[in-house]
Amino acid sequence: MRSTFKGLLALAIACTTSSVWSATLDNVKKNGVLTCGTNSATAGFSLPDNEGKWTGFVVDYCRAVAAAVLGDAQKVKFIPLTPKDRFTALQSGEIDILAHNATWTSSRDTSLGILFAGTYFYDGQGFMVRKADNITSAKGLEGASICVTQGTTTELNLADYFRSQSIKYTTVGFADEEAVVKAYEEGRCDVLSADTSTLNASRLRMAKPDDSIVLPELISKEPLGPAVRQGDDQWLNVAKWTLYVMVAAEENGVTSKNVDAMKSSDNPSIRRLLGVDGSIGKDIGLGDDWPVQVIKQVGNYGEVFDHNIGKDSPLKMERGMNALWNKGGVQYAPPIR
Amino acid sequence: MSDLSLPAPSRRSLSLHDTKVRGIFYQLLLAGSLLALALGIGMQTASNMRVRGIPLSFDFWNESAGFDINQTLIPYDALSTYGQAFWVGVVNTLYVSFLAILLATLLGFVIGVARLSSNWIVSKVATAYVELVRNVPLLLQLLFWYNAVLKPLPAPKASIAIPGGIYLNNRGLIIPEIQLHSGAGLVGLAFVTALSCCVALWFRARSVQRRTGKQLPVLLVSLATLIGFPLVVFLAAGEPVSFVAPQLRGFNFQGGHQLYPEFAALLIGLSVYTASYIAEIVRSGIQAVPKGQTEAAYALGLAPGKTLRLVVVPQALRIIIPPLTSQYLNLIKNSSLAVFIGYPDLVQIFAGTVLNQTGAAVQVMAITLSVYLIISLATSSAMNACNRHFAIVER
Repeated sequence: MRSTFKGLLALAIACTTSSVWSATLDNVKKNGVLTCGTNSATAGFSLPDNEGKWTGFVVDYCRAVAAAVLGDAQKVKFIPLTPKDRFTALQSGEIDILAHNATWTSSRDTSLGILFAGTYFYDGQGFMVRKADNITSAKGLEGASICVTQGTTTELNLADYFRSQSIKYTTVGFADEEAVVKAYEEGRCDVLSADTSTLNASRLRMAKPDDSIVLPELISKEPLGPAVRQGDDQWLNVAKWTLYVMVAAEENGVTSKNVDAMKSSDNPSIRRLLGVDGSIGKDIGLGDDWPVQVIKQVGNYGEVFDHNIGKDSPLKMERGMNALWNKGGVQYAPPIR
Repeated sequence: MSDLSLPAPSRRSLSLHDTKVRGIFYQLLLAGSLLALALGIGMQTASNMRVRGIPLSFDFWNESAGFDINQTLIPYDALSTYGQAFWVGVVNTLYVSFLAILLATLLGFVIGVARLSSNWIVSKVATAYVELVRNVPLLLQLLFWYNAVLKPLPAPKASIAIPGGIYLNNRGLIIPEIQLHSGAGLVGLAFVTALSCCVALWFRARSVQRRTGKQLPVLLVSLATLIGFPLVVFLAAGEPVSFVAPQLRGFNFQGGHQLYPEFAALLIGLSVYTASYIAEIVRSGIQAVPKGQTEAAYALGLAPGKTLRLVVVPQALRIIIPPLTSQYLNLIKNSSLAVFIGYPDLVQIFAGTVLNQTGAAVQVMAITLSVYLIISLATSSAMNACNRHFAIVER
């Protein structure tokens, strides 16, 4: 009896010890591994290959953060999360950083205890329909059944769009993307609605990808970005500037192949970017050569894009809005100085 | 020195060596530490949430939800609040659980009695059903009904047409819409009148039988009244109820009422699965009634059907009801597996989409848990009342 009581008391004390959430950077360094929450299975973005190694666009972002913090892009533990569970996992401290196809919105930034650190992919919500249905516009979707993933902005955008167009529709929602795609493929729905990145990725996994088309309308703005917990500015900076360094590297023509040679460049902005001049490492709490590690081990933004989802990948997505600001897109890194 | 003013028992009751006092002391200690633990966890959660900037408020309840739900029994649209979305979830959970309990009980009783049948085939089929269904995980069964039975149904354009304007496709079962015209109330009134007549007849038949032993043809007369009288009124009032057949337009049938495959899969899965357990409970309940009871009933000249209905089942019910209660509670809790097949129950809507849109994980989960607790406690107390009703009244 007495020992039971002692146990309870100990438990009570343990529970009331406040945990510190502010030093994610120190924790990651101490543990020697970055815990990163990603999509469970979205081709091109986050998917384990046949050897169980995680690959994809958002996966590479996590690897870049690991390269910046730990000097090794392989020291990442990936936690696959459904859209429903992703923010809770970040809030509760189960993961250090969330690199999901998560849309940056005002309410998520202000009411979930998390902060988005930037936009690694500018996306928009679209519709995929069967060619056989002869639909050319989203306005022809009267009475359609639409498969969506639960707990995403997709559900909200659908309701907004169809209400403004006075079109009647039915949603069929599932918790994970695979069930949604399966339901569409098996004919439970007429339409699959998601961010176009996800639609294109899903199409790759379908048995008959050519039977479906993506309609031209985009009904929303979906800036997808990484998120961290609120109250840890240092870690937010790491997440933010890792992304900017990748974008700035592309802008300055620094690639994983030429990064070592570029260190002796005369261009002052390249010298600052690679930590040859200035103090890009010390101020943020990382090693001086962290941008070099990021670019060398993972690549610049353009390399990561082309390799995973762009021209060198099966997805073959256009750069579009994700081209650099000086090439017709909106990817733009603040100056590094 | 002797202190005679203090009575001996009261002094003993204050002693820590008294087992009773010690017992109470430990009970209080345990209750106190559990309370402290709960308080500690609650306060820690609150402070952690404050540290992480997550508001611990219920303000989201009255905010607009902004998403649609495909199956609702109460008014709801995207402009409704999260609170209304919650009620849609609660009602959907109750709806599917209630229907599944009815079906599972009916099916369970039939299978349970069939297992005891003297007909070899009937009893073996019933045994096979129980053993097959009871030993496969419920989630797999739900996925089977949904993915292997209902989703492969033909697309809307190739719907299976059932006479009477009913269509079956992979979007569900679409039945004609019932339209009421003036005079429809009369038909309803006729039905209610017929029903009251039947009840009166039933009481009269019972008293006649008690007095004279004669039996009146209650069932036949009741059926004739229940169908015949409203039918006559229906024709006389100029057929005021009409059915509008659903029409295939665009992607799916328009008009008519739709029964979604997600709902059907959940209802069938829950009923079939729970029925296998209920069948076993019914079988063991019936077998627990001494064989002498049946023999005595036969000796009195009761037919087998009547023996079962009037002698065996009332006694078996006393044994059946307590374990039946736990099956009902299991069924209600199992209905949360809806989330895997896309039926919008409480977990899918509230602990799913609402939790995700608001980020109020702690509040939403606390509310969801409380709802299941309340539903289960209510079911349990209803069944306990039922049990008291059937319990042996000592005379």
